[in-house]
Amino acid sequence: MARHKTTPSQTVGPYLHIGLPWPDGPFAVAEGTPEGVWIRGVLYDGAGAPVPDGLIETWQADPEGRFNHPDDPRGAVERPGFRAFGRCPTDANGEYGIFTLKPGPVPGPGGRLQAPHIDVSVFARGMLHRTVTRVYFPEEAAANAADPVLSSVPEPERATLVARPAEDGYRFDIRLQGEDETVFFDV
Amino acid sequence: MSTAPDTGPAPLAYARDTGVHPPLDYPGYRSTALRHPKRALRLLPHLLTEVTGPLLGEDRISETDNDLTRQHEGEPQGQRIIVHGQVRDGDGRPVPHTLVEIWQANAGGRYRHTGDNWPCPLDPNFTGVGRTLTDDQGRYRFTTIRPGAYPWRNHDNAWRPAHIHFSLFGRAFTQRLVTQMYFPGDPLFFQDPMWNSIPDEKARERLVARFDYANTAPEWALAYEWDIVLRGREATVFEDEVDED
Repeated sequence: MARHKTTPSQTVGPYLHIGLPWPDGPFAVAEGTPEGVWIRGVLYDGAGAPVPDGLIETWQADPEGRFNHPDDPRGAVERPGFRAFGRCPTDANGEYGIFTLKPGPVPGPGGRLQAPHIDVSVFARGMLHRTVTRVYFPEEAAANAADPVLSSVPEPERATLVARPAEDGYRFDIRLQGEDETVFFDV
Repeated sequence: MSTAPDTGPAPLAYARDTGVHPPLDYPGYRSTALRHPKRALRLLPHLLTEVTGPLLGEDRISETDNDLTRQHEGEPQGQRIIVHGQVRDGDGRPVPHTLVEIWQANAGGRYRHTGDNWPCPLDPNFTGVGRTLTDDQGRYRFTTIRPGAYPWRNHDNAWRPAHIHFSLFGRAFTQRLVTQMYFPGDPLFFQDPMWNSIPDEKARERLVARFDYANTAPEWALAYEWDIVLRGREATVFEDEVDED
């Protein structure tokens, strides 16, 4: 079995809105779920302008920190109404919103727990490959300080990965460039 | 690597595909200028969130989603084509039951999108959106029409080669891929920055479908075969191919 090289990435282009969004895309958990929270934000470009032709995707653990996936060694847990995956195109104002349940802590390296987090993919016209970031939660100060990924990020930039509280959940703006450029990961 | 079920990282990781993908900053594609991170990306270890991913299934698919010529009352304009292939990972394993999404312009090169003002008529019988799942051998198949090239103002007299957009999930967050399939012998490759942004010529050629006479539908449709490779796993150690750098 030889190793095959990956198919290269290409931009989603300006017309991803015809192909990728689903009506229930933003709902990582069923609409109206009582403990559900909105994570909303704006995707900004290097001139500080909102990006209206972008797409945000999210992937996360459930509130117990588990994944309903065969590669979670703890075994799958069904959680009806919870898809764990969200997908939302940005609108004319660059805004996206994902309705979800706050994830629990997730096992990490060396027996350390990872702080609750959500993995995020950013796609847009002008991006030849997706970029990846993570959302952490502002009320998890102790867990965030101990998180192996977050604590590896230098202090001034770390704040770009922590959502802010909002009336119906959280706010997480994403800046592709600039002074407050979001930390992006090579995944 | 620890494999303790409740405390360690996931018992597998995916290979990083260095040198395969285009850079985020590519001046030839003007729109990258304000949309690429300027700070170096930080390495994200492949932990549980990264080695798992959405396993989307039949509920994402409806009956005509894999035949873009049957989504309206009439037949769309253009030449019918069958596009099929196999999705595998870098270790050669088929990726079964994974969602494959496509979107594309019509035969004249126009997208059904309010932002597309290129003065080629819209086709009332063509939306240009399809979805399917791979079978247990990782195989997928669509019937559609061959998309046209279109001008896009990136540079002087800029034309996109004909292409179909593809979106794939695999089974892990690390395997997510959005790409484009091109057609063999397209005369527009030389001036296309998307195409030229891929550093390795051999990698570029992996985006080109193969004309597949054996699978044409007589009196009905031409056929193209296009295989897609998602990342393989790090845990499996194989000899690299000779041409790998």
